[in-house]
Amino acid sequence: MTNPEVLVETESLSRLYGKTVAVGDVSFVIRRGEVLGFLGPNGAGKTTTMQMLSGNLAPSSGRILISGYDMQTEPKRAKASLGYLPEHPPLYREFTVDEYLDYCAALRRIPRKERTVARNRAKARCGLSEVGGRLTQNLSKGYQQRVGLAQAIIHDPDIVVLDEPTVGLDPIQIREIRALIRELGQNHAVILSTHILPEVQASCDRVQIIHKGRLVLNEGINELMHRMESQILMAAFRKPPDVALLENLEMVDSVMAVDGHRMRLFHDPSKDPTDALVALSLKQGWGLYEISPEHTSLEAIFVELTGEIGDSSKKTSHAEGS
Amino acid sequence: MIRTIAWRELRSLFLSPLAFVILGVTQIILARLFLGHVNLFLMIESRLTSLPNAPGLTTLVAAPLLGNTGVLLLLITPLITMRLIADERHNKTLSLLYSSPISITEIVLGKYIGILGFFFLIILMSLTMPLALLVGGHLDFGMLACGLIGLSLLAMSLAAIGLLMSSFTKYPAVAAIATFGAVFFLWIVDYAGHARGPGGAVVAYLSIVNHYEPFLSGLFDSSNVAYYVILSLTCLVLSIRRLEADRAHP
Repeated sequence: MTNPEVLVETESLSRLYGKTVAVGDVSFVIRRGEVLGFLGPNGAGKTTTMQMLSGNLAPSSGRILISGYDMQTEPKRAKASLGYLPEHPPLYREFTVDEYLDYCAALRRIPRKERTVARNRAKARCGLSEVGGRLTQNLSKGYQQRVGLAQAIIHDPDIVVLDEPTVGLDPIQIREIRALIRELGQNHAVILSTHILPEVQASCDRVQIIHKGRLVLNEGINELMHRMESQILMAAFRKPPDVALLENLEMVDSVMAVDGHRMRLFHDPSKDPTDALVALSLKQGWGLYEISPEHTSLEAIFVELTGEIGDSSKKTSHAEGS
Repeated sequence: MIRTIAWRELRSLFLSPLAFVILGVTQIILARLFLGHVNLFLMIESRLTSLPNAPGLTTLVAAPLLGNTGVLLLLITPLITMRLIADERHNKTLSLLYSSPISITEIVLGKYIGILGFFFLIILMSLTMPLALLVGGHLDFGMLACGLIGLSLLAMSLAAIGLLMSSFTKYPAVAAIATFGAVFFLWIVDYAGHARGPGGAVVAYLSIVNHYEPFLSGLFDSSNVAYYVILSLTCLVLSIRRLEADRAHP
């Protein structure tokens, strides 16, 4: 089987604001038929990366290839196959939805005769058929977001870049938008940024976690699921042993002390160290009083990778996720 | 593509009451001034007939009115041009243009041509008044055309200055004040210098009004055309540069 065509390629992309590194040395590839989730806490560099991909921001160094065209040297060709929904939908407030979408279609060089068809298709896909004659400024936040999304896909681009596409939507709309993203992902390449973890689980094929401007994880969703299966034992001891002592156990990969008594033991899913641990505790008198398997969530991996336990942004994402 | 952007600019302008208010107010003020010029002409008309080479309707009514329109444009330009780029930046709609397959030159030219359309509408409407004189008199069309060329060139440079100022900021009000400052400065710059000292000629050359007046008296001088063309081009190029810098250092 041949690999599908590469639609986006970035080579050691960096962006500095003064001396602050917003994005540093980010390289990745997106192929046709992929939905890539860009995950990171607030201020991790997601939006900066999206802005560079969409040509809104010049990288300080590195290269972006869109459908094989360099964004810096051949911006028009690169942008021709790109649809972009920024953080704030770029709406002209005094236009109606139809007028606005027609304007966007013209900007994307859709021939005049095909514009109505393109507009109606985008409206149908984003659930906007009822509001074509309304002014964009009078729409609710959710509808404005959908108009923004319609604008990004009106010219049926190969690559769709979505910056936090489900912000401000109600749960039903979120489901619809996720379905739309999945549908787009079948024969386009979609990049979406989010700080909401279940969103990535729901709509993406691949996950990239960005933290402080650097990619800390780049994995397929299947590998990630597998990683999540790698199980964790939560054990509580009255007289907890040394962490190093437990890590020496054959079946335990690593140990993390949670508090004075509890410990998290990471182990291979194929080997269960429960029996060995119970036996050892009895022999050494550690006073094991609680032991239970714990299912890892994407969140735990996220926290593990970004090392932001107790960070406020983690709490918000947790709240939104549950 | 330039046409698409120009059309949107004009359409947005007319979707807000601002355009209609500007057109209405301009017409009322010019109508008042026009009546004044006509009145003056009627008062001295009998004495003019005895003079050889007496100034006619065009010199005494049409030219002064074009001069008034020029001054009025100096005052209302900030209001017309303030939103051009500042508003798009403020509403974050610039990213739509930046992510579309259009060059920055096309964006700037589109906006410029769109707003020039509005300036020409003002000029055309102000022209209806001198043309109404044709009912009972006749005009020197050569002189009128020369004045119109001057007024158009003035409008072109005013629009370019406004566009440039609007590209610097995200607040339309700031753009309006900066435009007003720049235009007013170019208007009064030779008041202080009044051609004294070695720099006097330069200061007098900078004045935006000094280059307009010869057109009104029917004198077409290409050096005056060059002044307006250079001024407009400079502002346009700087606007393009400013937007390009936007991507490098937002």
